[in-house]
Formats: sequence, structure tokens, C-alpha cells
Amino acid sequence: MLLEIDDITKSYPGPDGPVPVLRGVTLALGLGESLALTGESGSGKSTLLHLVAGLDGADSGRILLDGADVTALDDRGRAALRRTKVGIVFQQFNLIPSLDIAANIAFQARLGGAPDAERTAGLTKALGLEPHLRKYPEQLSGGQQQRVAIARTLAASPRLILADEPTGNLDEKTSDEVMDQFLALVAETGAALLMVTHSPRLAAKLGRHAHLSQGRLA
Amino acid sequence: MTAATLGALASHWMRNRVQFLTLVVGLALATALWSGVQAINAEARASYDAAAAALGEGRLDQLVPANGETMPQERFIALRRAGWLVSPVVEGRLRAGTSTLRLVGIEPLTVPVGAAASAALANTDLAGFLEADTLMAGPEAADVLRGALPNPVIVDASIASGTVIADIGVAQELLDRGGRISRLVVSPVQPLRQRPLAEVAPDVVLQRADGASDVGRLTDSFHLNLTAFGFLSFAVGIFIVHGAIGLAFEQRRGMVRTLRALGIPLDRLIVLMILELVVLALLAGGIGILLGYLVAAVLLPDVAATIRGLYGADVAGTLQIRPVWWLSGLAMAVGGALVAAASALWRLSRMPILASAGGRAWAVASGRGRSIQAAAALFLLAAAGGLAVMGAGLVAGFAILACLFLGGALALPLCLAVILKTGQDRSSGVLPQWFWADSRQQLPGLSLALMALLLAMAANVGVSTMVSSFRLTFTGFLDQRLSAELYVDAAGVDDRAALERFLDTRADEIQPILSVETELAGLPAELYGARIGRTYRENWRFLAAEADVWDRVADGEAVIVNEQLSRRAGLGLGDRLAAAPGLALPIAGIVGDYGNPIGQAIVSETLFRQAYPAVSAARFGLRTDNPEALRRALVDEFGLPSSSIIDQAAIKRFSLSVFERTFSVTEALNVLTLAVAAFSILMSLLTLAAMRLPQLAPVWAMGVTQRRLAGLEVLRTVLLALLTAVLAIPLGLLLAWVLLAVVNVEAFGWRLPMFLFPLEYGRLILLTLAAALLAASWPAWRLSRMAPASLLKVFAHER
Ligand SMILES: Nc1ncnc2c1ncn2[C@@H]1O[C@H](COP(=O)(O)OP(=O)(O)OP(=O)(O)O)[C@@H](O)[C@H]1O
Ligand SMILES: [Mg+2]
Repeated sequence: MLLEIDDITKSYPGPDGPVPVLRGVTLALGLGESLALTGESGSGKSTLLHLVAGLDGADSGRILLDGADVTALDDRGRAALRRTKVGIVFQQFNLIPSLDIAANIAFQARLGGAPDAERTAGLTKALGLEPHLRKYPEQLSGGQQQRVAIARTLAASPRLILADEPTGNLDEKTSDEVMDQFLALVAETGAALLMVTHSPRLAAKLGRHAHLSQGRLA
Repeated sequence: MTAATLGALASHWMRNRVQFLTLVVGLALATALWSGVQAINAEARASYDAAAAALGEGRLDQLVPANGETMPQERFIALRRAGWLVSPVVEGRLRAGTSTLRLVGIEPLTVPVGAAASAALANTDLAGFLEADTLMAGPEAADVLRGALPNPVIVDASIASGTVIADIGVAQELLDRGGRISRLVVSPVQPLRQRPLAEVAPDVVLQRADGASDVGRLTDSFHLNLTAFGFLSFAVGIFIVHGAIGLAFEQRRGMVRTLRALGIPLDRLIVLMILELVVLALLAGGIGILLGYLVAAVLLPDVAATIRGLYGADVAGTLQIRPVWWLSGLAMAVGGALVAAASALWRLSRMPILASAGGRAWAVASGRGRSIQAAAALFLLAAAGGLAVMGAGLVAGFAILACLFLGGALALPLCLAVILKTGQDRSSGVLPQWFWADSRQQLPGLSLALMALLLAMAANVGVSTMVSSFRLTFTGFLDQRLSAELYVDAAGVDDRAALERFLDTRADEIQPILSVETELAGLPAELYGARIGRTYRENWRFLAAEADVWDRVADGEAVIVNEQLSRRAGLGLGDRLAAAPGLALPIAGIVGDYGNPIGQAIVSETLFRQAYPAVSAARFGLRTDNPEALRRALVDEFGLPSSSIIDQAAIKRFSLSVFERTFSVTEALNVLTLAVAAFSILMSLLTLAAMRLPQLAPVWAMGVTQRRLAGLEVLRTVLLALLTAVLAIPLGLLLAWVLLAVVNVEAFGWRLPMFLFPLEYGRLILLTLAAALLAASWPAWRLSRMAPASLLKVFAHER
């Protein structure tokens, strides 16, 4: 298994003591698999994704990624993990505002130390970003910005791709277009995909489906 | 609506206490810097005036009896009738109990401004002073007097300690010198027509105020130094206020957008924000003035000590809160805040309601203003150059300073942008590239703070270069001019030939100082006759001279002129100068002269005596190995009053100690301005920190640790500070050059040579880097310890 999530709990501090968000989540995902994570707003989907990416720490439980225990790693170790093995696409604000699109796309691959010009060019072309390479993020539409984020993530060849409503800000038509491109490209790489979505229609496009409710998976 | 809007505006500060604190502290520090320097300046001036007044007679010309200690009072009346504006003084030792005080009797109605008593009299009720047999004295002397004499005593702190001032009639009575006066003080302003002294009062001689002029020049230079610093600190302060306000507005763009979207009219919003600003500025200004007071109180003992060293007169070293700097401090805070807010408000008013508050949008917007800024910077710098070439007068000098200052500041962000762009283009690694690009994006937000740093640094370089160059030059000058160990004032000596014979065997070398006031090249000037010996040959340094200058002057073939005469009369080496009727000689040397306002020419003693046989030496410079023994011989054996022997070493020591103190005050102000500039960087960084998150969070999410990011943040700040500091050095040197070569020439008539002090500049750069490091550390530390949730919010919330 590429990813094993084992009895994870997480709570946030509230005005009257800690508020539990995740109450013991267990999940496994292999290479080439794709899983859609659904749940009500506030159910903790993003929180779970952040824990897997090592962006935040869990209260208890274990997360194994490629055999390494993410929860046991220190900040440095988790950062290294994100550079090399994990790619994340958020709903918005993925890009670095001070860099142009070309630099943004190449950024993560270069950070991880494995830039592949051919692959980057291929992704740029596939996502229709070639005319925008010299522009800056704020000069792009929401859909274009998300395509850049997808290109950037895939260019780094991560083994696990995490996406948090990557098309949540887009209209249905654009969302479908972007999502289809995204899924096709992920499938090509053979990486595992864990994607949060509200839309049953999008969830249906993925291989597996899990629903988060009351802090547990159903 | 108003209450709700004000509530919303204020709520921003409640939620963002650090931002509020930085705004208030920034405003307060700028005010403190300004009012602190103002306070020191005002206090120094007031103290100088008091001290100068205490020595007043030393600085004004006097008429003294040719023989004996006193002259009859009738001389006064005769001279006044003949058109001489003079005022009588009687002076003597007054026994009061066990101690002796110096009693000075003056005539309050004619005493000229600048004389000992005029400052004290200005504070006193004249009728009361004239009525009873009133005495005036400093606090200590007053205590002595009260115990010993029945006379009423007025206490006035401006009177030098140990001195008592009284009406001349009262003093004559107390000193038992009815109808006699010691001397007449000559008012600096005299009518054009007056009968010659020799006709009216042949038994009285005119004693020119000299010697004091060396020290007087020093005072002026110290004043100029403080004035320049006040000016520079004002500019630094304005930039800091501007930065603080600009950022405060920038932070609330999102809120303004929302408020307007909710239907609050723009003009109402602007009025309310101005109101809020004035209240804040008054609060911060008040705090700043108190801080400035503290700074001044800490530095002032040095200033007072400077004056004490300078004049040997006791000056009150306590600080009074003067309304001038109170008000100017508040005006600075409120006015500066409003001026700064004007541009921010203008930008807000032109911002479309739905504009994004994103970081790069801001950078692009300021890019549009960039060409205007470049044009303004170029124009100002060109104007400075043009004025330097063509302008004349002190006003032009200060205009050059202002143009350089503003032009340099405006040019800074552009220079930095070019450097950062080059860095980005040259770098190959992914993080370095991001680092440069991100720095470029940061630049607009930091540029005001960096401008303040540039100005602070340039001011430091400029003023220290000026003071240090002045010190080097002046020390050299003192060595050359005060090379003799003792000077003897021969004004009161009847038989000067006997004095010379007496000295012949006892001194190693005698330099009779022969001088007349005359006109040279149509200008009022002094002609000196010099006995050219080894002292002149070894000690004098020329600005320009021919090789055998002393030989030619000694042989009576050439003349030496000072810089003032050379400049004003447009005379250079080789030009002929009519030194005396029928005596035209070529100029063989031009000498720097920093203690003298007028032109001077020096010929050999022989030539001088031929031209002016009636003039005898009024002073002698004496070279000796044992000045103490010679002094005692002069007093005990020759019977010269000890006050006629001037110990030049002591004057030199005084002068040098003035510089030391000027230095310590300058130094303290240097550190202070740098500290304030560093704080403005801290302030900007803290304010920008919130806006930074969206720029940093994606990089962090992709696997760069918070510590690494924090390290890069520190590196960026230090790098920008280093670039700024390096750019500040040429600007500071330009400022120094203007101060030395333009302002000084206009103000004093001579040009100071400029020396460079690379070690000092290196130290300043290190200081600046340390300050930047300190300023960057806290925001970086906060970033490195920030909870991941705060960074994650970036992706979750609409901004
Ligand atoms: N930094 C935080 N501090 C306190 N509580 C938080 C924090 N972040 C999230 N929460 C709480 O944790 C719960 C889960 O949040 P999370 O963002 O994971 O939900 P979600 O399932 O992604 O919702 P959505 O579909 O709206 O994105 C929410 O109730 C939220 O209020
Ligand atoms: Mg979510």
C-alpha cells in the first residue's frame, strides 16, 4: 500500500475545550487507485487531507506513506515528503504571485530536484497553458489558475496526489473540462489520487468513494 | 452609520494590536527623533547665547585706558557726543563674607546686545533693577551675597557663576571707585560718521576682540552641524511617518472594499479615516515628544559640557520644555501623518470597489507610478547638479541638499529594483529565483522604510564626514596657528622694546605679531608682518604655494594671503597684491584660515615696519621649552599682569574638547537615527507579515520548511539593508561635499578639505546590518513558530 491511514484523531481548540473533528479515521490507498472523499461542509475532509500531506499534526493514530510514518516525522521530514512524494492542489490560491506561470509550473519539480523539461512542456501543452507562460497568476482566470496548479503538481511526478475541491470555484462546464484533463493525466502517471469533492457527479468519475461523517468514514 | 463605520475602522486595530502598536510607535519615534534633535538644538543655542553673553566683553571690541587701571567717566560722555556707541563698565573684586566675587557694573541703557549683562537684563524688570541698589547673580553667588550684603539680589541662572552684575553707580560705590570706569564696550554697530578716537580720547586705546574668534567659529560650526542634523532628522522622520501611514491604509484595503460594498459613501469614509488619523497622530505625537525629551535629557549633559569647555563658563545643563519644539513636534506628527495619508487616501479613492487586495496587484499598480518616480528622481538630482554648478548663496546650498536628499530617496527603489531583477536573471536555482522574485514583490511595501534607512545612513555618513573633516582640518590649523607655547598681549605695555629685550634671552624664538587693519584689493582686511623663523617654516601648511615661499616672503619679494582674500578678490598664485601704498608683491602662497572672517595678507617684518613705522607689535608669540617658567618670569620679574599671558595649549585643549563632545553628540544622534530607521523596517515587516502569508503558504505547502522560509526572510531584509547602505555611502559623501564645499564656503568664506573615513563607513554599514538583522528577527521568529493552521487558512478563505 502506498498510503495507510490508521485510526487518526484530530481536534481543534474551541471556546469550551477541544472540539473533535476526526474521531478515528482508517483508510488505505494503493498506487494507481483514485478515491473521492465526500462529506458535509465542516466534516473534516480538508483536515484529513492536511494531515496526510504533513501540513498539520494529528492527535493520535498513524499515517504511513510509502512505509514512512508521516506522524512521526519532524517538520523537516514532512517538508521533504511534500517536495518529493506528495502533490497538493487546493481549491484556490495555489500559485506563487511573484513568479510568472512558467516559473510556477516548474517550481515544485525543481524544488524536489527532479525537473523534467520535456514532461513540463508536455503538461503545459496538454492543459492549454502555452499562451500564458509569461503572465502572472493574477492575470489568469480561475480555471486557468487551477490548470497551472495541476500542471505544477504533475510536473513534479509525485506518487500521491491530494486535491481539495480543485474545481470547486469553477463553473460546471469548466470544472468538467479541467477535471477530465486532470484525471487523464493522473492516470497516465500511475500515481494515487485522494480527492475531496462535494459533487457526486465528479465523485463518480473516480475509482473509489468514501464518505466522512461525524468524524468517521462510512 | 458614522458610529458603525468608526466601530468597524477601530475594530481593525483591536484585532490587529501589533499593527496598531507599530503605527503608534512609528509615529512616536519619528516625532521623538525630530523633537529630540530640536530640543538639543534649541537648548544648545540658548546655552551658547548665555555663555557667549557671559564672555560678552571678550567678543566685543573695547576701549581701555592706555595707562593704568581705570579712566575717568568723562571719557564716556565725550565719546558718546563724538558719535561713538560705547557703554561704560567698571569691574573689580568684591569681598562678600569670606569669598571674593567678580563685580561688573554696567550702564543698563547703553549696554550693547551680546555684552555680559544683556541676556540677564532681558529677563529682568529694569525699573526694579535701577531703583534700589540691586545686584544680579547666579544662584550660588546670590546665596553668598544675601549673607554678606544688605542689597536686594535678583537671581538669574544665565549669569556666569562667581559673577555679580550691578548698575554702574552701585558698583562704583561698592568698589569705591566713584567717577572712574574700567573700560568702554564698543557696540558692534557704529554710525558711519564719528570723530577719530585719537582726537576725542587720546589716552584710550581700542582693543580688538580677537582670540575669541577662533572659538566663535567653532561655535558656529557646531550650530551648523546641529541645524543640518535637525534638517536631516526631519526628512527621516517624514519618511517614517509616511511609511507607517501608507501601510496602515494598505492593510485596510479589504475592509474599505467591504464597507463601500455595504453602502458607505467614499467621502464619508475618507473624512472618518482622517479624523481617526488626527486622533492617532496627536496621541503618538504626545508620546513622541516625551520620548524626545528623554533623549535630549540624556544627551544634553554633553552639550552643556561642550559649552563649559568652550567658554569655561558654567551653563545650566538642565532641559526646559520649550513651546517651540513641543509645537513643532506635534505639528510634525499631525502634518506628516496627513501629508502621508493624502496619497494613500487618493489611492483608496481611485481603487475600484472590487479590486483585489492581492500582493502582485499592488506591485503592478506601483509599477505605473514608477516612471513618474524615476522622472522626479532624475529631475531632482539634475537640479542638484545644476545648482552646484551655477547656484550661489546659502539658500542654493540648502536647496542642493534638499534636492539630493529627495532625489536620492526616490531613486532608491528603482536602483534596488534593477539590482533585484539582475539577481533574478542571473540566479539559476529554484529557491534563489523565487527569493529574488519575491524580494522584488516585497520592495514596494518596504521601500519607504528603506528610503528612511537610506536617508538615515546618508545623513550619518555626511555629517560624520563633515565633523571629522572639520576636526582634522581644524587640528592642523590650530597646530599651525597656535604653534607658540605662550602668547603675550602687549596692549598694556608701555615700553615694548624693553619687553622684547627681556624676552630675547629667555624665549627660544619670539614672533612679534604686527598687524594693521587696512584695505586690500578693495576689501577690508588685515595686513600682518611676520618674523619668519623655523616655526613658520615647519608648521604652516598651504592650500597652494610656490616652492620657496618662505624664502621669498622673508626676502621681501612676495606675500602670502589667506583663502578668504584669495576667494573674495579672485587672486591666485603669482597675482600681484598691493599690500601697502607703493608695495605691490606677487602672491607666493595661499593659506587656509579657519578662525577669521576677513581677508589677510602676510609680509615680512621688515617690509611691514617700513610701511607702518608707527605700529608696534601688540602681541608676541613665544617658543619655549618651559612655558611655566617663562610665564612666572614675565609676571614676577617683568611685572606683566598674568591676564596678559595667554596659554595657547589651554585654548587648544578647549577647542579639541569641543570637538570630542560634538563627536559624542553626533555619534549618539547617529545611533538614534539608525535605530529609528531600523524600527521603521521592523514596522513594515510586521505589517507586511499578514500580506506575506498568501505568498509564502504555497511554497511551504510544496515542501519548504517554515524555518527555511524564515531564514530567507531575514536574509532578504539584511540584503536589502546592505544594498541600501552601500547606495547610501555615495549619497552621504555627496551630502558631505555640499556641506563642506558649498554651504561652508557660503556661511564662513572658506572651504574645508574633505577627508574620507572608510573605517567609519564600514562601521556604519555593520551597524545598519545589525539593525536590519534585529528588525527582521522578530517577524521571522513569528513565521517560524506559526501554527500550520494559520498557513492553511490561506487556501481556505476568500481574501
Ligand atoms: N484552524 C482551525 N481552528 C479551529 N477550528 C478549525 C480550524 N480549521 C478547521 N476547523 C474546524 O474543523 C472542522 C473541519 O474543518 P474542515 O476544513 O476540515 O472541513 P471540510 O470538511 O473541509 O469543510 P468544507 O467542505 O466546507 O471545506 C470545522 O468545523 C472547522 O470549523
Ligand atoms: Mg474543506
